[in-house]
Amino acid sequence: MGTAGLGPLPCVPPPDQTARVPRAEILKCQNLRKTFGDLVAVDDVSFTIEAGETYGLLGPNGAGKTTTISMIAGILERDGGQVLISGRPHGTTSRWGKKQIGYVPQDLALYPDLSARENLRFFARLHGLGRAEARARIDEVLRMIGLTERAKDPVKEYSGGMKRRLNIGVGLLHRPPLLILDEPTAGVDPQSRNAILESVAALAGEGVAVLYTTHYMEEAERLCDRIGIIDLGRIRAEGTRRELVGLVGELDRISLTTGGAQAVPKELETLPEVRKAGSHEGRLEVMVEDARKSLPRVLAAATDAGVVVRAVEVHEPNLESVFLHLTGKALRD
Amino acid sequence: MGALLLITAKDLRLRVRDRSVFLLAIVVPFGLAAIFSLVFNGVDDQARPTFAVADEDRGQIAATFTGQVLGPLERQGVIALRTAGGEREAAAMVGRGDADAAYVVPAGFTRAVLGGHAAELRVIGNVDAPIGSFVARSVAEAFVADVRYVRVALATKGGGTPEEALRVPAPVGIEDFAAERRQLSLAEGFAAGMAVFFLFFTVQFGFSSILDERRDGTLARLLAAPVPRATIVFGKLLGGVVVGVVSMTVLMVAADLLLGAEWGNPLGVGVLLVAGVLAATGVMALVATVATTAEQAGNVQAVVAVLLGVLGGVFIPIQQIGGVFAVLSLVTPHRWFMQGLADLHGDAAPVLAVVPTLALLGFAAVTTGVALLRAGRMLRP
Repeated sequence: MGTAGLGPLPCVPPPDQTARVPRAEILKCQNLRKTFGDLVAVDDVSFTIEAGETYGLLGPNGAGKTTTISMIAGILERDGGQVLISGRPHGTTSRWGKKQIGYVPQDLALYPDLSARENLRFFARLHGLGRAEARARIDEVLRMIGLTERAKDPVKEYSGGMKRRLNIGVGLLHRPPLLILDEPTAGVDPQSRNAILESVAALAGEGVAVLYTTHYMEEAERLCDRIGIIDLGRIRAEGTRRELVGLVGELDRISLTTGGAQAVPKELETLPEVRKAGSHEGRLEVMVEDARKSLPRVLAAATDAGVVVRAVEVHEPNLESVFLHLTGKALRD
Repeated sequence: MGALLLITAKDLRLRVRDRSVFLLAIVVPFGLAAIFSLVFNGVDDQARPTFAVADEDRGQIAATFTGQVLGPLERQGVIALRTAGGEREAAAMVGRGDADAAYVVPAGFTRAVLGGHAAELRVIGNVDAPIGSFVARSVAEAFVADVRYVRVALATKGGGTPEEALRVPAPVGIEDFAAERRQLSLAEGFAAGMAVFFLFFTVQFGFSSILDERRDGTLARLLAAPVPRATIVFGKLLGGVVVGVVSMTVLMVAADLLLGAEWGNPLGVGVLLVAGVLAATGVMALVATVATTAEQAGNVQAVVAVLLGVLGGVFIPIQQIGGVFAVLSLVTPHRWFMQGLADLHGDAAPVLAVVPTLALLGFAAVTTGVALLRAGRMLRP
């Protein structure tokens, strides 16, 4: 059970999970399998991502996230299964498929002795952009990642956050319909991390399908429309955050601080969405299925009953609980 | 092709930014060659012995010896001659060290030879110049053997005039390719040796930079780009070849202009140079495929480069080693490159050093082929 004000990370509005309209399927993975000797790194992994959707692969280090996306990006040969990009088979030799993918590796994949512009130009040309098109697009991307002023400086002189932004910028150069981000915020300061998450959300808003791997639960919750929980090379569960949390069967808890002893008012207890309510040390504890939806009515009922509410806290079961429930271990183990 | 050149151009740009390539490819090899040349300056000239000649006979056979035996050797630069008024002066010149040895043709020498009597050609050697004395004695013995042959020929015929004696042909003709045409000077040898020795360090970055890219994380991005893997590999190889050709060209031209080296026909030298660069690139690429990290590759390549250089006669000329090492040197590109330059050396040299060039191309084909077969294991993120 986690604690998080009125929302875990309020900078980006949570994805609207009630109004999902089917969109074009950009990525379809079927029964992906990869072994390294006796080690089965990825086993029977299947999922799809639609245009404008952000799909999170959430799992601890060594779970198989990077191996999975390496196969999807066409970097690593797979031992079994199939990858379809917009319905077309894709693999290590598929040039068309690779043009549809923007790949942002976990490690900084930049040439430190080259400037940002030189790095961007090299990868833009490598992805088939002509000189003029590359120049225009590089200017756009530099603006997007906020590095226009430092474009001519060698990358080795950049801060960690600037390098991370440039690392992502390279993946966006050729306007790919599918963006693969492998733990893009690893080792990044909170400010840069926030900027990266906002950028990813904005890209998804523009219709880019995003495959996002992370072992940070908060990022997956904040960013992803759907999440696949992966461990030991297998997807253990998949769905929206709400669906995954539903697997655990825990309820949300709304805690109203009243400042003194207060019995549970009848108006509150009889609300249809309230499963259970109690009073404890100057707080009213109200258990509901969906705190975000129920909060306005709970507050209204409390106020109508004459309760003076001094503070409100929402406690939601989080993905950490789900991961623990599914694998028997903590996400950061 | 565009992607291949992009990768090569990017690698070259990175090399230029990393100034160490200039140090390794040009400054160090040229500097060492120049130092060696200065240290051994004049050794070539010192190896040419000076002989004093005292002709007290002034007859026809004496003239034949000085004009037709010693004269050509002097003109070829094998020996230097100085004239002495008589035996005493010749001995004094040897004693002072002005000559390594002296020939004295005593009065009556011609008459004795033509008359079939015992004749004496005196050689005065300098104890401090054993090699020069040995050469003088060898030349004299060869001349005496010729005289003996002529006498036998005339005796068989039943006698003859001095003119007829001169017309008796030599029994066996010998064409000497070893001295002038197929020998680099010390300066040329050191310049070529240092150039080909450091060439192996210069070209190693090309293929090995795949391991650098893997270490730095950029290989994953290259592999994710819409570019065939073969393009990445050939782009890397081409980078090494370009740097190798440029550095070798600069070194050869600099040695020509600054050290007075003469390399022979530019076409033949150019073809040999490119073949040498390809061979070096192939060998270093093959070595890189046995490594798992860039650091490991660098270490193994350095060992291989030094070993091949030593075996190939970069530091000690093969002619002075001989035996097993001379045979072993044949498995090094260094030996064939130096041999090729020696073959192209001199006025009568061929346009192309065919055998050494083919040997180097053979090295390149085999090593690059095996390296390409093994390259797949390097192309993993």
